[in-house]
Amino acid sequence: MINGISIDVYLLLSAILFAIGGVGVIVRRNTIIIFMCIELMLTAVSLLMVAFSVIHNDTSGQVFVFFTMAVAASEVAVGLAILSMIYRNIKTIDSDELSKLKN
Amino acid sequence: MLGYTITQWLFGILSFLAVMFALLVVISRNPIHSVLYLVLTFFCVAGHYLLMNAQFLAIVHIAVYAGAIMVLFLFVIMLLNLNEQGEPRRNVLSRVIGTVAGGLLLLVFVGVLKGTEQLQTLSVANSEAGLIKNLGHVLFGEFLFPFEIVSILLLAALVGAIMLGKKNEKEDVTQNQA
Repeated sequence: MINGISIDVYLLLSAILFAIGGVGVIVRRNTIIIFMCIELMLTAVSLLMVAFSVIHNDTSGQVFVFFTMAVAASEVAVGLAILSMIYRNIKTIDSDELSKLKN
Repeated sequence: MLGYTITQWLFGILSFLAVMFALLVVISRNPIHSVLYLVLTFFCVAGHYLLMNAQFLAIVHIAVYAGAIMVLFLFVIMLLNLNEQGEPRRNVLSRVIGTVAGGLLLLVFVGVLKGTEQLQTLSVANSEAGLIKNLGHVLFGEFLFPFEIVSILLLAALVGAIMLGKKNEKEDVTQNQA
């Protein structure tokens, strides 16, 4: 229990957010939206990690979340650079059009 | 108030808003609206961090995600000039299949994770773990080496992004000749 809230509720909330992110990755075709849904899934996992860190009164979990944020930031920087390069070359970022790596 | 404490009310409201905004990220057709809804979702998650007394992470979450990453997304979307006409939608069948797959994923998570409470008998009222003093001690003590590695990772990502974003000069020359 964290402030009278069961850890099960946090598990459910994180699972819902993660599943919404997963649906977004499957359903959407815009590659930027797919990136954003991956960010949503990362955030869901971070939320759960903080909840468990608090319930164990162990700071390491929150340090891991901090590292996750750094990795997410670098992933987004490189990913968006790749996307803008792809857009410059083939004028689309539709994920179905990107299935061919050549032309 | 109906037997719930103020913290539980705040938790309920924040959870509801987070899930609603997350759904709107997936549903909305305009990419810019998606970005703005994702920013709101991140604010709700930061509120959750504050409820768990993880003050440092709440501030860093807003600064890094809402402040830096989402601005980068917005910047690229505006640079590429995307709008709702730009994206062809998947057909109904694959959208339904995708949603069902996500629902099944959620079902598996709930089935696996249900009953974790029994493993824990701890009850935390006000955790000290998220205060910046304790976090700093752990970050610059036990996790000093990973911290330095992350700085190298960020530098590599920075250089990589610049290299990828740079225009290819050879291509420009051939385009000018043609």
